[in-house]
Amino acid sequence: MINSLFLINPSGEIFLEKHWKSVVSRSVCDYFLEAKEKALEPEDVPPVIHTPHHYLISIYRDKLFFLSVIQTEVPPLFVIEFLHRVAEMIQDYFGECSETVVKDHMVMVYELLEEMLDNGFPLATESNVLKEMIRPPTILRSVVNTLTGTSNVGDTLPTGQLSTIPWRRAGVRYTNNEAYFDVVEEIDAILDQSGTTVFAEIQGVVEACVKLSGMPDLTLSFMNPRLLDDVSFHPCVRYKLWESERVLSFIPPDGNFTLMTYHVNAQNLVAIPVYVKQSISFFECGSDGRLDVTVGPKQTMGKTVEGVMVTVHLPKTILSINLTATQGSYTYDNGTKLLVWDIGKLNPQKLPNLRGSLSLQAGAPKPEENPSLNIDLKIQQLAISGLKVNRLDMFGEKYKPFKGVKYITKAGKFQVRT
Amino acid sequence: MSASSAFNDEKGGSSNVGEPEYGHDPASGGIFSSDYKRHDDLKEMLDSNKDSLKLEAMKRIVAMIARGKNASDLFPAVVKNVACKNIEVKKLVYVYLVRYAEEQQDLALLSISTFQRGLKDPNQLIRASALRVLSSIRVTIIVPIMMLAIKEAASDMSPYVRKTAAHAIPKLYSLDPEQKDCLIEVIEKLLADKTTLVAGSVVMAFEEVCPERIDLIHKNYRKLCNLLIDVEEWGQVVIINMLTRYARTQFLNPNMNESLLEEGGGEKAFYGSDNDDDTDDEEDKEEKEKKKTEATAIVKRKPYVMDPDHRLLLRNTKPLLQSRNAAVVMAVAQLYFHLAPKAEVGVIAKALVRLMRSHSEVQYVVLQNVATMSIKRRGMFEPYLKSFYIRSTDPTQIKVLKLEVLTNLANETNISTILREFQTYIKSNDKDFVAATIQAIGRCATNIGEVRDTCLNGLVQLLSNRDELVVAESVVVIKKLLQMQPEQHSDIIKHMAKLTDNIQVPMARASILWLIGEYCEHVPKIAPDVLRKMAKTFTNEEDIVKLQIINLAAKLYLTNSKQTKLLTQYVLNLAKYDQNYDIRDRARFIRQLIVPTDKSGALSKYAKKLFLALKPAPVLESPFKDRDHFQLGSLSHLLNAKAGGYQVLPDWPEAAPDPSVRNVEVKESVPEWTKCSSREKRKEKKADKPFYSDSEGESGPTESADSASDTASGSESGSGSEESGSGSESEESNEESESASEEDEEEEGKKKKKNVEKIKARKPVPESESEPSSGEDVKKSEKKSKPRIGSSESESEEDDDSESESSESEEEESEEESEEETKKKKKTTASKPPSKPPKKENKKEKKEMSLLDFDDFDPAPSPSQVTPLNNFLSSSLVTDLEGLSLTDNVLSPTTIVPSGNLKTYELLHRITGEGLSVEYCFSRQPFSPDPHMVAVKIQFTNSATSEAKSLHMEDAKLQSGMRIKEFPEIEVLPAGETVSVVMGIDFCDSTQAANFQLCTHTRKFFVSIQPPVGELMMPIFMTENEFKKEQGQLMGMNEITEKLTLEEKCQGEHAVVQRVTTAANLSRVPCGSDKECSHPVPPPPFPIHRFAGKTVTSGSLVLVSVVTKEDGAAQLTVNCEKMVIGTMLVKDILQALTQ
Repeated sequence: MINSLFLINPSGEIFLEKHWKSVVSRSVCDYFLEAKEKALEPEDVPPVIHTPHHYLISIYRDKLFFLSVIQTEVPPLFVIEFLHRVAEMIQDYFGECSETVVKDHMVMVYELLEEMLDNGFPLATESNVLKEMIRPPTILRSVVNTLTGTSNVGDTLPTGQLSTIPWRRAGVRYTNNEAYFDVVEEIDAILDQSGTTVFAEIQGVVEACVKLSGMPDLTLSFMNPRLLDDVSFHPCVRYKLWESERVLSFIPPDGNFTLMTYHVNAQNLVAIPVYVKQSISFFECGSDGRLDVTVGPKQTMGKTVEGVMVTVHLPKTILSINLTATQGSYTYDNGTKLLVWDIGKLNPQKLPNLRGSLSLQAGAPKPEENPSLNIDLKIQQLAISGLKVNRLDMFGEKYKPFKGVKYITKAGKFQVRT
Repeated sequence: MSASSAFNDEKGGSSNVGEPEYGHDPASGGIFSSDYKRHDDLKEMLDSNKDSLKLEAMKRIVAMIARGKNASDLFPAVVKNVACKNIEVKKLVYVYLVRYAEEQQDLALLSISTFQRGLKDPNQLIRASALRVLSSIRVTIIVPIMMLAIKEAASDMSPYVRKTAAHAIPKLYSLDPEQKDCLIEVIEKLLADKTTLVAGSVVMAFEEVCPERIDLIHKNYRKLCNLLIDVEEWGQVVIINMLTRYARTQFLNPNMNESLLEEGGGEKAFYGSDNDDDTDDEEDKEEKEKKKTEATAIVKRKPYVMDPDHRLLLRNTKPLLQSRNAAVVMAVAQLYFHLAPKAEVGVIAKALVRLMRSHSEVQYVVLQNVATMSIKRRGMFEPYLKSFYIRSTDPTQIKVLKLEVLTNLANETNISTILREFQTYIKSNDKDFVAATIQAIGRCATNIGEVRDTCLNGLVQLLSNRDELVVAESVVVIKKLLQMQPEQHSDIIKHMAKLTDNIQVPMARASILWLIGEYCEHVPKIAPDVLRKMAKTFTNEEDIVKLQIINLAAKLYLTNSKQTKLLTQYVLNLAKYDQNYDIRDRARFIRQLIVPTDKSGALSKYAKKLFLALKPAPVLESPFKDRDHFQLGSLSHLLNAKAGGYQVLPDWPEAAPDPSVRNVEVKESVPEWTKCSSREKRKEKKADKPFYSDSEGESGPTESADSASDTASGSESGSGSEESGSGSESEESNEESESASEEDEEEEGKKKKKNVEKIKARKPVPESESEPSSGEDVKKSEKKSKPRIGSSESESEEDDDSESESSESEEEESEEESEEETKKKKKTTASKPPSKPPKKENKKEKKEMSLLDFDDFDPAPSPSQVTPLNNFLSSSLVTDLEGLSLTDNVLSPTTIVPSGNLKTYELLHRITGEGLSVEYCFSRQPFSPDPHMVAVKIQFTNSATSEAKSLHMEDAKLQSGMRIKEFPEIEVLPAGETVSVVMGIDFCDSTQAANFQLCTHTRKFFVSIQPPVGELMMPIFMTENEFKKEQGQLMGMNEITEKLTLEEKCQGEHAVVQRVTTAANLSRVPCGSDKECSHPVPPPPFPIHRFAGKTVTSGSLVLVSVVTKEDGAAQLTVNCEKMVIGTMLVKDILQALTQ
């Protein structure tokens, strides 16, 4: 399946290569680099490139290209999903996924890649199995290793590999047993000029941090599970119980994981927490324009809206801007024409406003399209869909765990057309 | 010297930092002046006997490999360390070996013996990694060694090693395709593996080595379907894709009759998957009519019935749509798209739309597939139209794909929304995207007649756009639209003619010129003028424009030669000397054709026809049309070209191949590690068809069943006849047959046991018999009732036996039937003495009983057979057995349901009955004349002074479906006497009372019998594994769980079992049947008690499990398809356990 993997940095340098079958010369990457040159943005590079002898499937993530070389038919999503898993694994092991981190832990990354695939077919991708085979680096461990000569590589088969629950390792022990769940909802919306909702939906995710000893069997139930339109689960969740009783029953992995993602579609259910009054205009004659944006709270369920940020990609023909904000501060990068207005907390009494003039390059025609505004926001202690966790029960273990649930609403792809 | 000092430096440096500096290579190479020296240094480190040095050296070497640097000259130094004790060094050496072995084959051979040793290591990880590396070394010489290793590993104890063996298969195959046949054998073997760990990898190997050998899948098809949900996600993808192909060859098209079900839209898929352009509806009308009639003609074929295996696949893959892995979701989606009936495909839309939230690469692939699907199944995605709206922040390739989907989804009802959305897009700064939008508008306009004019007007407005690209694209699209109805739009053509002054984009200019030429009669005045302008600029135009100028000139010459003759000549002259040969050729050709000369042949007469023929309007269609002949989700589909190794998705077969190939034989030889699941396999089979078929005797007993029961009944009857003489001898024969059967195949043994215990069931009779017959006159009444019941028994017994056999054989679902065997069997049973002589109570007997009970269920003791045996003895037997049951948890305590637990109910009180009192109890014995009836034992006691005559029943008032088998009339019941009869009632699995009249020669009494729910079932034997499996299939609504606290008396295992079996006629499922499992499980401190039974009428399974916990806490679970029964049963058992 997957023949080789190349890690390429944004400037086109190949800094790691791994082959699972016979070696493919790195010159194969030239096809990719060519495509990359053509593309305006790194995101625009086509994920699948057809070369005379190989197929190149790549992802762009954390400012790195993960390029895999394929020789025969394989579902492209299979490869893409795997490459993302590699990126997540690096993130999981070393705290971040970047060129420096990979270069610093070159051998360990290489060993991990060796374990993840065998002959190009995934062998061990569960983080807990990998961590038993190759232990993640900690300062303490590296000191101990140098002193005692022990290594980071396990010599027995991880229990997870054989069990029916590969995501959990055996013999977990904690002194404080705790289970935390974060219900994070993101509002995806498109609003038109007049402020009416063109499209809105809520994407939710339940992130869990479970540190429980032994083999706990958890059951998480919601007050209003019927809200959820579409769900996807971590493999630990028992589908059948969800189908029949709408509860999440699972033996959790150890540590952090995404328990489920869900989707609330009904548009009338989606409350839009802020409104935006904007006017961006360019004058037909003269090279000048005006920008006036006001943000105010709309349906916030009595909570404060925080972390409000407005991002605008101004047209390329803008020469300079001169704006004043009544609240927060704005930054403008003349190279990328990116205007970011960081408002912070929204005060209903005194609405933040950003206004001022835009000047265009001399002689440039008036831009046809007004730039759309991307809004970022955060509301603590609220799941905008109204989803509520009812209770969490634990079976299979005797101790009383400490349980906690947190709700956060954020803006996802929240766009205001102008 | 310098090298060694440098090495010391290096060592010091690294130990200070903690992490070696290999990461910063080649910067750290500052110490070393050249590559040569550095490698020398590494060699020295590798030669040292300190593991830490070796490790560091290896790390640096691997870092070199990772960076793509050549480290092949270190091969000899590295390969020496292949047997190093340090596991990390070893692993790194392996990494190195695999990378360079192909280049240095001779040296690589040195390492082989190490791996061969590793293959025998007791540690499964080491065995597996030895095999992994051995098979990864691409050296042809070792092919036989690899083959041997793979074969061996394929029957390894550890599933992980077997998985590795599966991985090694494609490696060996790519190295030496000659080995294919041998490898297929290994694949076949591994395909039969029952563990989820192996399944994905072996299917992967199958796909790479022998994807054409679809026949290997037959036997494993159902297993794969059932295992699927537990296989790891990557394996799921491969298996699902393979099963899609499999299903296409084995099942019938579920949509073959869809036009019958749906009027209107349904015809398309029916007529071949490729041509359904359901978007243009104008000229399709007649064709639709035609198709409809055709469809009705074809409908007369036999109706489509989905193969249960086809359904199984669809059902078992559906939950995987909820997977977090996009590849799995896509795999299921394509499976549904290719295999599911049209009405069910819709479920995948939601999941695919969900993937749109994922990474942009995932979006890209998903959108490609959605684009293909939306052409064929537009309705599916219509509700999610808005999810495809475009954001300004999307990458261009995503935007274009979304546009494609939106266009495919457009229809009369949503076109206005879509067009409004398109209007926003046209203003975008991303010009490629705008161009794509204009194309999309054009397609909407051609597909939907109603909006054609609106679209055209909109596009014409765009002609005044400032951006040239937009205008050019609009021109091109307008040209296509105008071609459809040019007459009505001469003003637009005029408008466009004016644009030639401004538009510079060649394609657009060419389009305008073509339009004017084509429709020059609509714009007779403008056309020559345009030609004049063009002639002026001819030399500066692009080639495509030049060609169109020549075309225009030719067409005008033919229609309006008076005005344009000179111009045309001029243009043709210019073209004659053009640099481009195409243009020169064209000019020459046209001149010959249109300008009449003496030499010009017959062709010039037809010039007008040639140039001004009516040209068909172009069909604007999606680039994704017809892409679905590639399996969706595949690379080939994405590229729209066949990728290497792509397996073509076959068309549905005309007639379904034989479905029985998927039947799994019971007596298949099973590898030892999977022995425990041989029963599960049987279960799988059962699950597909009704568990207990209603029609009886349609299949005879199987060979195995028969031989087993033969021996059993044979020995039994022998023992029966000899019993009276010497008990001990018969015991021996019994024991023998027992032990023999145990060594037999499991199924056989089980069946035999069933049979034995059936007969055995009658033995403990006295205990139960003595109980209901109250008081001192036990013996007396027994004596009296004996002859009558005895005789009826003898005939019913025969019935019973043959029946039980046939039902058993049904369970086996065997095809083969052997009449003779059945007959023979009947004979043996018939020859059996009608009633068993009493057994002597001795030590041996006890032992024998326990042996027979071993791992068995036992229907509750039957009271109907009467054997004089005194009460004391039987009760002591009970206590003895109790002792056994407590010490040995394999022994099922259900065998000793004390007869006292058979509760009696009053049917007629002595006073109302004028001296006749009637009681009844549920004997829990199978009612022989009709197995769907519950046996009810009725006991008449005449306490009056006169005798009662002619006791019989009549006028039964029953709920629909219920049936009663009356008891034989009792002619005389003398005063003070008691008599018992048995009747059967089919309660139809409900607790409705059966009402009837009880008549004596003088009076009639209205009575009714109402069964407790626990009596509506009969016990069946099941192993723990079977139980778990069945329980797994009866989840959800069919499962009821209740928590309870056991009272103190009831906390013992025995007490629980007794109370449950008293409350309901179930049999205990033996727990911890260690001998079957490969991994013995230590008995849990708080055991789980399981009971199994089936309802008498419908044969629905009833599974009860009681999970005990500390402090008497317990959890009761009842799984039953019949929810009412389940609910009532929970109530009853709960009461029994807590009171």
